[in-house]
Amino acid sequence: MAERERRLTRPSGGVFVARTRVMSDDDIRRAVWRMAHEIVEANHGVAEVVLIGLQTGGVPIADALGDALAQIEPEHGAAVPVGTLDVAFHRDDFGLRPVLPPAPTVIPVELTNRVVVLVDDVLFTGRTIRAALDALGDYGRARAVQLAVMVDRGHRELPIRPDYVGKNLPTRRDEMVNVSADGVDLGELVR
Amino acid sequence: MTALVIRGATLIDPSGERRADVAIDPSGLIVAVEAEIDSAGMGSDVRVIDAAGCVVTPGFVDLHSHLREPGKEEAETIESGSRCAALGGYTAILAMPNTTPAIDSAAVVRQVLELGAASLVDVHTSGAITMGRRGDALAPMGEMAALGVRVFTDDGTGVQDDRLMRRAMEYALGLRGRGLPVLLAQHCETESLAEGGHMHEGEWSSRLGIAGQPAESEELMVMRDLALAKLTGAVVHFQHLSTAGSVELVRRAKAAGLPCTAEATTHHFTLTHAECASYDATFKVNPPLRTADDVAAIKAGFADGTIDCIATDHAPHTAESKEAPFDQAPPGMLGLETAMALALTELNLPIAKVFDLLSWKPAQILGISATHGGPIVVGAPANLCVVDPAADWVVDPAASASRSRNNPYRGRAVRGRVRHTVVHGEAVVIDGEAQR
Amino acid sequence: MKHLLAIADLGADEIHDLLDLTDSFVEVNERPIPKVPALRGKTIVSLFFEDSTRTRLSFETAAKRLSADTMTFSVGTSSVKKGESVRDTIETIEAMGIHAVIVRHASSGVPLQISRWVQGASVINGGDGWHEHPTQALLDAFTIRQRLGSLEGRHIAIVGDVKHSRVARSDALAFTKLGAHVTLVAPPTLLPPSLVGWPVDVSHDLDDILPKLDVCYLLRMQHERMTEALVPSLREYTSLFGLTSERADRLRDDALIMHPGPMNRGVEIAGEVTDRPNVVVIDQVRNGVAVRMAVLYTLLGGQPDPERPDPAPSRPTPIRLNPETATA
Repeated sequence: MAERERRLTRPSGGVFVARTRVMSDDDIRRAVWRMAHEIVEANHGVAEVVLIGLQTGGVPIADALGDALAQIEPEHGAAVPVGTLDVAFHRDDFGLRPVLPPAPTVIPVELTNRVVVLVDDVLFTGRTIRAALDALGDYGRARAVQLAVMVDRGHRELPIRPDYVGKNLPTRRDEMVNVSADGVDLGELVR
Repeated sequence: MTALVIRGATLIDPSGERRADVAIDPSGLIVAVEAEIDSAGMGSDVRVIDAAGCVVTPGFVDLHSHLREPGKEEAETIESGSRCAALGGYTAILAMPNTTPAIDSAAVVRQVLELGAASLVDVHTSGAITMGRRGDALAPMGEMAALGVRVFTDDGTGVQDDRLMRRAMEYALGLRGRGLPVLLAQHCETESLAEGGHMHEGEWSSRLGIAGQPAESEELMVMRDLALAKLTGAVVHFQHLSTAGSVELVRRAKAAGLPCTAEATTHHFTLTHAECASYDATFKVNPPLRTADDVAAIKAGFADGTIDCIATDHAPHTAESKEAPFDQAPPGMLGLETAMALALTELNLPIAKVFDLLSWKPAQILGISATHGGPIVVGAPANLCVVDPAADWVVDPAASASRSRNNPYRGRAVRGRVRHTVVHGEAVVIDGEAQR
Repeated sequence: MKHLLAIADLGADEIHDLLDLTDSFVEVNERPIPKVPALRGKTIVSLFFEDSTRTRLSFETAAKRLSADTMTFSVGTSSVKKGESVRDTIETIEAMGIHAVIVRHASSGVPLQISRWVQGASVINGGDGWHEHPTQALLDAFTIRQRLGSLEGRHIAIVGDVKHSRVARSDALAFTKLGAHVTLVAPPTLLPPSLVGWPVDVSHDLDDILPKLDVCYLLRMQHERMTEALVPSLREYTSLFGLTSERADRLRDDALIMHPGPMNRGVEIAGEVTDRPNVVVIDQVRNGVAVRMAVLYTLLGGQPDPERPDPAPSRPTPIRLNPETATA
């Protein structure tokens, strides 16, 4: 989510330049399979699970997790609902950033008594997840909320921790992490 | 008062143009007009005004000033208005009667003349045609004329009733016959057409969502008064003409031999209704700013003599009243301090013609040519202004002598500036500063 | 964008951005808890010199759903009646610390004047005299877009007292900027004296144009217009320009019937017609809250990006879990 903003914000007109590929596309796929298994294990099955991908970076990962669950759990896996959430209206830094064009929020089911697994591409300060938790509150009282991320790059500013992680990646604060279907790259913003 | 010598200037007056110095003695009369005047011969108390590069001309005469006293002194007083006039090169102004109370009786006339006596310039006053300017009964014109009032107008409104206007014209002719040369002046606005309008009815009023006054609301009354003037034999002076149609009507009437005179204001040859887009009520005036075609017609009217003179319609209003919503604000703009500069900058006419429009003609219409707007000769009263025709300056409303600030020309670059003004021999403005 | 004063100030792009943002707020309004914290801590004032319950409530609902604090200042109960000037009123209110003010006034131009006097607050025109009512035009455009997909190439008639209508002015501008073809339908006495610069057609014959319309937009016909000799009688107005049952029958089935409200049943629209399915007045009202949320969100949002970012959020490519060449 943070990466999307940096892409769109171009605060000083810079461009992301990749320095190192830290995960290949195969690595991503393996991580998805593993996390899907972990979700099944931790929740003793997926009967109550709802996947919600954060716009925009978490959406393809949530979709991939949904696919994986359908293949792992023949009984309930295919019926796991997958939704999307745009947290633009819940951010705590409104007024400090340009107004971004919104992306759709589609919550396909009532969340009460469900286990919501929020899915995002990169976990950084934790502020986006805090906003997502706030937004989820508008849709009912979930039984539990868990967090799945492809990359945890550290530097948390809030007490937020992920339940399922694709890769732990120590980074410097000024570095940038970019996740795409082709892989995960570590790089920086070049002006 | 000290003696004065104006040195080094070029004189431009109704008799022509010549290089000469002018000497004025403490009585206020011109005592010498010669190529080189040696001030030593004039006694110890002589002030020399260096006017090299400048032009000396009879002081300007404004046939249309709103001095707001009595009644609206927070906007202007006779004294502050006269200071604006002096700074603008005027030596005589005609006050309009739409004060509170209106100038419709000898008592109010006396009050105004008394207040005017202490002014920097000669303050003449007009009288209302109808009681209270209400348009239903004639005001005592004879009584006011006996005190020296020469021009009668309901300015602020026009006389709506045709029959009443006819009677006023006939009555005025009677006064003329008794040696009181009164003149009827008309603010041409037919209320049944103009009513509810706050700007020119046209492209801009539609775009801005403001009720408009069509050009015809002015032209209809011009037509009526021309017809009545022909019927009665009266001479009418048309105030602040603003439309091409009005100019054409007067042109044809004059060509057909009907005696009449006309004035137009500076804002009607420099601004158009497009200025109202800001909804700044500084640009609200009656008659309203009109189209570019109307502006062109006014300029052409000056050039060919259809319009006899420039008037300012100096109309001060407090800042607060002009900050009201456009349709609630009172109409009117300041004008005395900027008229000459705008005329020189915008009209593209020879300077002598500009002075004719500002001074010589209006003095004739007002009947004061004996003291103002006449040739600069020995024995004449010294009512003069000294103009630097090449001075470039930018209009700054904050620097005005008016109590009000509704000046539409903020930031405008103009050329031509009054350096000194002399009224009956007293230098009331020296180097652009009022002396009292 | 600091203020929203007139549709005349907006480009087609800006209007599209606002309408796109409105989609998100439509979704917010459908949530079980239709409230987001985006404008928490902001104070939004309704400064209504002219009465209007509907518009004011719509703005206040919008502000509250964005978690802003609201204040209402309506003239009947205020110091304005005691002679306080508009300028003094706004300066007093702003001194209390406000972020936005919605202004409605019977005189054209007041919101623009106020925008010159405020120190930092955003000014939104809630309707000024005969001049403009920009949020009405935005919600009208949104409703048409929502029902018909797009305004491009659509034929829209605006029928009624155009001369005195700020809604007509704003709508005509907004619809044409979005590519629609607008015809004003009214007797000459109810049209502005000059239509120079208006990108519209004019017709005095409603019957002629009905079958061609995608949208028939009806304006309120006010009783006062009779006393001003603008129409001989309301009855005559209705017989020539009212949307009677017969006329509504001649509209296409998919044509929309719209009205800014409140409707004068029996005058500009027959009572029976108001119940027809293609009358979208309720949608207009509902969309009004979402549109106003979008406007408030945009005006009170962050500093504009000096380099305008790519408007469409980039769609990340999907991850293929079972590619043919790889094994899971």
